[in-house]
Amino acid sequence: MMAAQTITQIAVGEVVAKAEQAQRDGYRLVQIGCTKIGDDFEIIYVYDKDFVLLNYRITVKQDTVVPSISGAYFGAFVYENEIHDLYGITVSGINIDFKGTFYRTAIKHPFSVTITKEGDA
Amino acid sequence: MSKQITVPFGPQHPVLPEPLHLDLVLEDETVVDVVPTIGYVHRGLEKLVEKREYTEYVFIAERICGICSFIHSQTYVQGIEQIMGLEIPERAQYLRTIWGEYSRLHSHLLWLGLFADGMGFESVFMNAWRLREHILDDLEATTGGRVILGVCKVGGVRKDITPEKLDEMLRGLKAMERELQDLTNVFLHDNSVSHRLKGLGVLKKEDAYQLGAVGPTARGSGLAIDIRSTGYGAFDRINFRPVVEQDGDCYARCAVRARELFTSIDIIEQCIKKIPDGPVDMKVTGAPDGEYFSRTEQPRGEVIHYIKGNGKKNLVRHRVRTPTFTNIPPLVTLLKGVELADVPVVVLTIDPCIGCAER
Amino acid sequence: MTFFQNTRTVLKSLFSRPSTLMYPAKPAKKTENTRGHVTINPAGCITCRTCQRKCPTQAIVVDVKEKTWQIDNMRCVVCAVCVDTCPTKCLAMDTQYRPAMTARGGVEKFTVAGPKKKEPAAAPADGVKPKEPKE
Repeated sequence: MMAAQTITQIAVGEVVAKAEQAQRDGYRLVQIGCTKIGDDFEIIYVYDKDFVLLNYRITVKQDTVVPSISGAYFGAFVYENEIHDLYGITVSGINIDFKGTFYRTAIKHPFSVTITKEGDA
Repeated sequence: MSKQITVPFGPQHPVLPEPLHLDLVLEDETVVDVVPTIGYVHRGLEKLVEKREYTEYVFIAERICGICSFIHSQTYVQGIEQIMGLEIPERAQYLRTIWGEYSRLHSHLLWLGLFADGMGFESVFMNAWRLREHILDDLEATTGGRVILGVCKVGGVRKDITPEKLDEMLRGLKAMERELQDLTNVFLHDNSVSHRLKGLGVLKKEDAYQLGAVGPTARGSGLAIDIRSTGYGAFDRINFRPVVEQDGDCYARCAVRARELFTSIDIIEQCIKKIPDGPVDMKVTGAPDGEYFSRTEQPRGEVIHYIKGNGKKNLVRHRVRTPTFTNIPPLVTLLKGVELADVPVVVLTIDPCIGCAER
Repeated sequence: MTFFQNTRTVLKSLFSRPSTLMYPAKPAKKTENTRGHVTINPAGCITCRTCQRKCPTQAIVVDVKEKTWQIDNMRCVVCAVCVDTCPTKCLAMDTQYRPAMTARGGVEKFTVAGPKKKEPAAAPADGVKPKEPKE
């Protein structure tokens, strides 16, 4: 029913170059998502043109500094602030940087800790 | 050099259905800059994958938003079925499409009522919500719930609709089409409405594409981005054309939604004529192992669910990117140059659903 | 610009009854599919605890030793998964929603039949007595 989707693994240093290449080719930014697998974090950048997705994945640790792509895509600041507030990964150079006040939660960086199942939800 | 003052808009505001905070930087009543803040209804629903198995998680995915709830659950189960390689029965695809289009009708009528109420046009508000009651009655009679339907599951749907009921639904919709035509004519051709909306909050086509606008916000500026054209569900067997307007102002976005009401009725009619007989679910065993991006068209735009599983009963990650979340940068851009008194109307034209945006 | 577009609707509203329902003075609209609250037929329950495992909000608690089945009506979201997966079909969905409450409550407890013991077909071996099924 749907086309197969591939995710290309790239290095942290190539993130900005790939973003600018995608923007020149006419892709729009769909989302930037983060996943915690064990001790590593995977950040996936998803671009789209004419309903075909182009995905890039980087694997980082908690203290890696990721460069922002808001120079190429102005709208990336919402995703990058959310990644910083929920996971605690530093993103450098966001055009509108909320410095940790985008989501105000009781536990700082709540998605970076895994809560074990204690009784009811 | 005029003085700049900062006026906070929200989170409590009579026109906003959900809390959103905008800091408006004004020079003499005209907005020159906007700083948005969200996070007032952040529930952290994505963290619940660690506690609920993937079959039970449908109920949580449904409750991300109250207005667009069915399509969230449809996107989620669609993603799981793609990862596990399941081919669900045809009748289930058509039923999901029918219920999805009913959800779109009810969401657009809700928006129309709220928008008219935000402008002071109370009679359109009451009439729109009275028509919406007919849609909710049909949904309750077929699924058991008015807004949270609870009818999607991995492998199909949980309830079936008899052919007599389908005919009755179609007749009800056709009878309602005349009243919908009256309602949208009153709203779109009214003199005060046109005066207030035309030329306001213009979003140019290139800006809309670069900033990531989706849904009627993008289609009002001339971009034909509608995920229903990719053919998920039963859309690959139905004639469907996205509704596009060229002007990019508030009036164009309202006109897109008003015309989509009639497109939805047309899609439901085609589905009811073509729906095949057969089972509505299939047996599912095992657990998903893999990752997938599942996309559908919600009333407010393109929603994308990223699902990752590793063969266990609990998923590793479920990430939802809702259309309102990506419509916030375009909102920030198109508010520049608008006068303070027009800000509530402009914010309502992007149809903010902040409960979705923050999950 | 158009004139008198709304006349049809205005006249209809003037000369017909109001559309609003006088709830709770009159009962709410119901269809046969409406999900209201969960009811149990205690004689049919075999305390297999499938409903407890499948409940997404953990509103059902089954105690096998005491033979009780308990549901917290304020936690229940009437999703009907328990009704669909009960092997003896002793759970049913009623169309009336639970009444409003002003204090914490809504926990209903039932004493249920429990699993039926099987009758041994031949004469019992020494020391093993056949047990009757409990009511």
